[in-house]
Amino acid sequence: MGEFTVHRVRFFHYMPSGICAMAFNRRTERLAVARTDGSVELYSRTDHFFQEKVVPGRQQRSIQALCWVGKRLFGAGLSGEIAEFDLDNLRLKFSQDAYGGPIWSIVCNPQGTHLAAGCEDGTVKLFEILEDQIRFERNMGGQKGRIISLAWHSSGTKIAAGMIDMIKVFDLDSGNAVQRLLVERGSRMQQSQECVVWSVLFLSDIIVSGDSAGKVKMWDVNTGTLIKNHQVTEWDVLTLSVSQDETSLFAGTSEGTVVQFQLLDVVLGQEEKEWVRTRTFKNHTHDVIALAEADTVIISGGMDTQLVVRPLLDKLDFKSRDSSLLKILFPQRSLVSCAKKAGLLLFQYPTHLELWLKTCPSVHLMCLFPVRLGLQGEDHVCCSAVAPCGEWIAYSTTSGIRLYRLQRDNKNVSITKVPKLPKVLRHAHQLCFSPDSSHLYGTTSSAVHVVALTSAGCKFEHSLKPNSCVDSDGKFLASANSNSEIHIYNMHKLKAHCTVPVYRSGVSAMGIHPETNNLVIVHADHQIFEFSIEQMQYTDWSRRVQKEGLHHVWLERDTPVINVTFNPQNPNHVILHDSYMFCIIDQSLPLPDRKSQFHNQLTLKSLPEAERLKHSHAFKECKLYQPLLCVDMLENQSLVVVERPLLDITTNLPAPVRQKKFAT
Amino acid sequence: MAALYEATTLCVLNVGPGGSDSGISGIEPSADDDQVVVTDSARSVTVYKVSDKKALGSWTVKQGQTVTCPAIYNPQTSEYVVVTDSKVIRVWKDSDINIDRAFKTTVSADVWRVLSVPDSEPLVLFQRGAVRRLDTLLADPQQPVENVLPEEAVIRYKASSRTRWSRDLWRCSKGETLLLMQRRHPDSAARYRLEGGEAPLSCSALPCDGGVRLFCLYSSGSVYESVVPIRGAGGVVEEVQPLPRTLLLNLPVGEGKLESASAVSLDDAHVALVGVPHPSAGPGKDFLCIWNTNFQTLQAAKEMAGRIYGQLWCSCGKLYVPHGKSLSVIPFKCQKSSLAAAMGKLRQAGIPASGLYTSVPSWTAATPDMRSTVRSIASAEEVQKKVSAFLSNLKNLHVIQVAAGGLASVLVSRCQEQPGFYPHSALVQLVHSQCLSYSVCPHLLTLALEKKDYALCQFCLQVFPDIPEAVACSCLKAFLSESDGTLDTVSLERDSVAFVEGLIANSTQEGGETQQNGFCPTTQVEDGGGGPTHTTPAVLTRSSMPLDMKCPVGLHKAVLLNEILQVAYSDCFLLLHLKTLSAPQVILFLQYLQFLYGKYSQDLHTQVSALRSPAMTQILDWICLLVDAHFTVLVMAPEARELLSHLHKVVRLQVKVFSELGKIEGCLQALQKAKQSGDVCQYSIEVIELF
Repeated sequence: MGEFTVHRVRFFHYMPSGICAMAFNRRTERLAVARTDGSVELYSRTDHFFQEKVVPGRQQRSIQALCWVGKRLFGAGLSGEIAEFDLDNLRLKFSQDAYGGPIWSIVCNPQGTHLAAGCEDGTVKLFEILEDQIRFERNMGGQKGRIISLAWHSSGTKIAAGMIDMIKVFDLDSGNAVQRLLVERGSRMQQSQECVVWSVLFLSDIIVSGDSAGKVKMWDVNTGTLIKNHQVTEWDVLTLSVSQDETSLFAGTSEGTVVQFQLLDVVLGQEEKEWVRTRTFKNHTHDVIALAEADTVIISGGMDTQLVVRPLLDKLDFKSRDSSLLKILFPQRSLVSCAKKAGLLLFQYPTHLELWLKTCPSVHLMCLFPVRLGLQGEDHVCCSAVAPCGEWIAYSTTSGIRLYRLQRDNKNVSITKVPKLPKVLRHAHQLCFSPDSSHLYGTTSSAVHVVALTSAGCKFEHSLKPNSCVDSDGKFLASANSNSEIHIYNMHKLKAHCTVPVYRSGVSAMGIHPETNNLVIVHADHQIFEFSIEQMQYTDWSRRVQKEGLHHVWLERDTPVINVTFNPQNPNHVILHDSYMFCIIDQSLPLPDRKSQFHNQLTLKSLPEAERLKHSHAFKECKLYQPLLCVDMLENQSLVVVERPLLDITTNLPAPVRQKKFAT
Repeated sequence: MAALYEATTLCVLNVGPGGSDSGISGIEPSADDDQVVVTDSARSVTVYKVSDKKALGSWTVKQGQTVTCPAIYNPQTSEYVVVTDSKVIRVWKDSDINIDRAFKTTVSADVWRVLSVPDSEPLVLFQRGAVRRLDTLLADPQQPVENVLPEEAVIRYKASSRTRWSRDLWRCSKGETLLLMQRRHPDSAARYRLEGGEAPLSCSALPCDGGVRLFCLYSSGSVYESVVPIRGAGGVVEEVQPLPRTLLLNLPVGEGKLESASAVSLDDAHVALVGVPHPSAGPGKDFLCIWNTNFQTLQAAKEMAGRIYGQLWCSCGKLYVPHGKSLSVIPFKCQKSSLAAAMGKLRQAGIPASGLYTSVPSWTAATPDMRSTVRSIASAEEVQKKVSAFLSNLKNLHVIQVAAGGLASVLVSRCQEQPGFYPHSALVQLVHSQCLSYSVCPHLLTLALEKKDYALCQFCLQVFPDIPEAVACSCLKAFLSESDGTLDTVSLERDSVAFVEGLIANSTQEGGETQQNGFCPTTQVEDGGGGPTHTTPAVLTRSSMPLDMKCPVGLHKAVLLNEILQVAYSDCFLLLHLKTLSAPQVILFLQYLQFLYGKYSQDLHTQVSALRSPAMTQILDWICLLVDAHFTVLVMAPEARELLSHLHKVVRLQVKVFSELGKIEGCLQALQKAKQSGDVCQYSIEVIELF
C-alpha cells in the first residue's frame, strides 16, 4: 500500500455544546435534541441514531423544552417565546411570545390539540394548535412562583405543574388548581434552600416528581398523598422519563447518573405492585438534563455534551449495534473543508470561521496562520466551503449566504466580500464548489442552485429541482436528500441525468470519483455502494460487495462515515473516515471474507513482504488518530488529519458537582 | 471521648464599637450549677439561669462609673462582689435592687481581679500583684498594699485553682513572660520564666499531683503544658527560675498566626479551643473544638456562626462562647479517653450529628440509679432484665457507650466480690451493645476466662477493638489447653461455627484427589535442588501441601482460635507473650494454622461464606510469629519436624511465585513505557505506513 505523509492537525478547537432538552417522537421514531447554543438536532431511531438534520442555533436562543405534536416540533425557552421548527427548511417557522416571562416547560396534550407552557410568572398558558400557528386560549394559576415542569394526564383533563416547594394539579375544565402537594426541603444543609421540582410525570394513577433535594417521589393522584420517597442522590434530580406502558421510569441526576425504577410485583405472582429502584447507569460526568425513553433504549444527555444511548436489554447473547452502548459526541457532518490544491483548511465554528493558510510554497503544510472571519447577525453558521483553488470561501446561515474572495500576493492576504449574490440563493443546507472552482453549488430543501464564479463577480446560472449531500466532479453533480434519494445532474447540459435506487438507510457521505465518474455512497448503516454515473448502474465492485457482504466488524461500527475522498495518485483508493478511524479501500484487492481478520495491519506488518499480498484485503483501517473531524488527501499523496482530543473537550467543560470520593 | 451538645443562646451581645470587643468581660459561676454571673464590660452585671435562658437579676452601676473586674459570687455569704473604678469594692445580695445602695468600700490600691475560691473566702488580686482575702480586706479597707511585681510589669492573665493559692502571669517590658506563683497556707511565692519568650495568647490551669499544670496557647497554634511545682516550704523566692514546657498539641493554623484565640483545659486530657481553625474545614469558619492532648485528636467540634472574639469560659460542665451577636452556652462531656473510644469515634463518624445528645439530663439521672440498682439486686436474672430494659431505653449511641461501660464495671466488680454471682446473659447483652471496649472495663475478659465462660470470651474478642496482647495470649493458652470435650458443650456464635464446619466438611469430602477445577496434583515430589521445573508454582503449592489433612482440633476450639487470629495486635508485644506457650500448645496451634492455610490455598474458603473469617495474611502472620517465638523448641522437637518441613516447602514456593510475579511486573512496566509517547503538540507531520 505504501507510506503516507500525515499532517496531524490539532488546532481546531471545536467545542460541542451541552444538551438541554430532548423529545422523542414515537410515531416517526425521531429524536429531537436541543443544545445550549440553540441548535436542534434530529436523530433517526430506526437508522442507528443517524443525525439526519440540524437546525442551526442562534445567539441568545435558549431552548428549555421540546415537544412533538404529530410531526411538528415545538420548542420554548427562557426568551419567553414558543417556536415551531421548520424541519424541511431547517429554520424557525414562527415564534410567538407567550407573555409570561421565561418559559421553563411545554407539553402537549395526548390528543395533540393543545400546548401548555409553564411560565416564570406562575401561570400555565394554554395554546390551541392550529394549522400554521398557535393561538392563546387561557391562563391557569397565576400566583407567585415559577412553573418549572409540567405533565399532562393521559385523559387530558388534568395537568400537574412542578413549582418551587410544591406541585399543583390543575383541572382543565375549571381552570383551577385542585390539589397542592407540598414537597419537603432537603435535610440538614439544604433546609434553608428552596426545593425546586425540576421534573414531574403524570401517570394514570400516580404523579412522580424529581426535585432539587435529590428525591424521586410518588404521589397518589386521588388523595394527593405521598406514597413513596426515593432518595436518589445528594444533589438534584433534574429529569424524569417514563416508558409508554408505565412500568419503568428513569431519573437523571446532577451526578451524571441515570436511575431506573420499575413497577414490580411485591410478591411474585400477586397483584400488588410497587416501584422499585433497580438499575443505575453512570455514563455521564456532568448533569443529566434530558432523558428520553425509546422502547428498548434510554437516551440521556446533559452538560457533558454527549448523547448516550443505553440499551436496556443488556443480557443479550449476541453482540450487535442495537445491544451496545452508543455515545454520540461529535457532529455527523464535516465541519472542516480542505482546499486540496491550495492546501487550505477552513474550520467552521458556530459564530466564526477560521482559515488556515499555507504560507510556504514547499510541499509541507507548514507555517500556517489563521484568518478569522467573524459573522454578521446572530445566526450560527450552518455550512461552509472553500474552493479547491483556495480563492473562494462561502458560508451560509439561516438568513443568508456570504461569499468571499481570497487574494494572496506573497505574504499579504486580503479577503473581500463578493457583493450581489443571486436572490434565489438565500439559504443553503450544503455548499460545494466545482473541482475547477468555477461554480458554487448550494442546496435548499427544494433545489440545487448553480452560481458561476468569475474574477469579476458571480452570476446565477441555473436551479436544479429536487437536498442534503452534494458532490460534483465538474461534469456531474450528485445530491442526496433526507429521504435517501440521490439525484445526479449533468452540469454541462444543466439537466437531470438519473437517480440512484433508494436504499433504506440515510446517506451519510458520498463522493464522485474524479476520473472514473463513479459515485461512492456510504449509508448510515455502513453499507457501501458504487454507482457508475455514465452507465447508470452499480459497478461490478459494488455488486461484489453486496454479494459477498461486508465484514461484520465494519457493519458493527457505531459512528457513521462522514467523508469520502479519493487518492489522486491511485484511482483504486477510496478514503473514508468516521470519528474514530479512517480507512483506505483498495478496490483492486479482494474483500475480507467473514472469517478473516478485519484489523490486520499489525499482522501484515509482522509478515515478510512476499506473504503480505496473500493476506491483505481491501479495507486498510487506521486508528492512530482519534477522534477525527476531517481526513482529506492533498494532491501530493499526503493526508490531512484533523483531530480533536477528548481531553481538550473535557477540560473545557465546567466542573462537575463535587462528589465525595474515598479518602478525599 | 468528648462531645459537645446542642448550643443554646444565653443572651444577645452588646458588641462594642468596631465590633472587635464582645462586650463581655467575664462569666463566673453563681449560686448553683445552673446560674452564671455575666459581667458586661461597661456597667452592668447580670445573673442568668442557664437552662431557662432567663435573666434572674441585673444590676447596673451609675453613669460615669465602670465595672473594672468581672463580678463573682461568694457562696459562703451568698453575696456578689464586684469592683468599680478599680478601687471601689461593692458587695450585694440577690435581694438588693439597686447596687448603689449596697455595701461599698474603697481600698488603697487598684484591684485587678476578685477571685472566687470554692469553700473559702474570695481573694482580691491587686494590680501590683498583692493578694488579700476579701474578709480581711473589708475589715480594714485602707490597709497598705505592697508591690509584688516589678514596676514595668503588667498582669495579663490570672488563673486560680481549687486549692488555696493563686497565680499570676505577667509580662515584663523586656518581652519575657514571667510567672508568679503565690500560695497561701503557708504563704509563699515563686517566680518562673516561661520558655520560648513570646507571650501566650491564653492560659489556663489545672491542679495535679504535686503541682499545677499550666496550659498555654501560643499564636503559632501550639499548646504547651508546664508543670509548676508546689513547694512545701513557705517563704518568698525572689530569684526567677526557668519553667520547662512540653508541647501538647500543634494545631494547624493555616497561613498567618492566630490573633484572637482562647484555650481552656477541661480535664487532664482535653482542651477546649476557640478561634483555632478546624483542620478539615475551610478558612473563614470559626469552630469551637475539643482536642484530646493525649492522642492529639480532635474529639468534637462545633461551628460558631459570626465573628469569634477569642473569649471562652468554662463553668459547671458548660462552655460559654461569645460569637457574632450572641453568647452561646454549649454543654460538653469529657469521658476518660481511651484509644478504643477514640477509634470508636472514628467508626461512628457516619452518624448524623443532629441525632446526638437529645436527652442529656436523662442519662446523668439514669446512670447512678442504675448502678445502685445493679449493686443491690440479688439474682442474676433480675439483673439481666434490668439491663435489657435499661439498654432498650437508651437509643443514643454515645449515651449507651458511657452508661454501658459504667454498668459493666459495676457488675464485674460485684462478681469479683461475690463468687456465687455471675450474670452471664446480662454481660453478654452489654457486650452485644457494641459499646464496650477493653479499656472501658478491663476485668471483664479475665473474669470470663476465670469463669470459663467461653461464649462471652468469643463475644469480647469479636467486639473489643483493643485487647492487650497479654490478655489475648492468655485467652489463647486457655483455649489450647482446654479439652475438646468441654469446649463442644459451649454454645458459640452460629456464623463462625458454620464457617469452620464448612471448612472441615470440605476437607472430608474432597480429599486430595479431585479438585474443583479438575486438576489432579502430580505425584512428583519436589527435589531439594530447586532446578528448573515445568510445573507452575501454583501447582507445586498444591501438590506439596497435604490436602487431606484433618482438622487437628475440635470444632469449637477451632472457632475460638479463629477469633484469636482476628484480634488486632502488635508483633513485638505479642512475641514476648507467645514465648510463654508450651511446646505442645505451639505445635497444636501451628498444625491448626497449617490446616487453615491449606484450606485457604485451595480456595475453599471462598465457597464457605461467613461474616467474620480470618484473612490469609492473618494466618501467615501468626505462623511467622509462632515460629519466631519458638524456633529453637520446634527445631529440637521431633514431632514438629514434619510440620516444619511442610512450612519450609510452602515458603520456598511462595518465594518462587513472587520472583516470577516480579518478572512479570517488570515486563509489563517495560510495555507501558514503550507505549507512552509524549505527543501533545498542535501540529505535527508524521509518516505512517499502511500494509
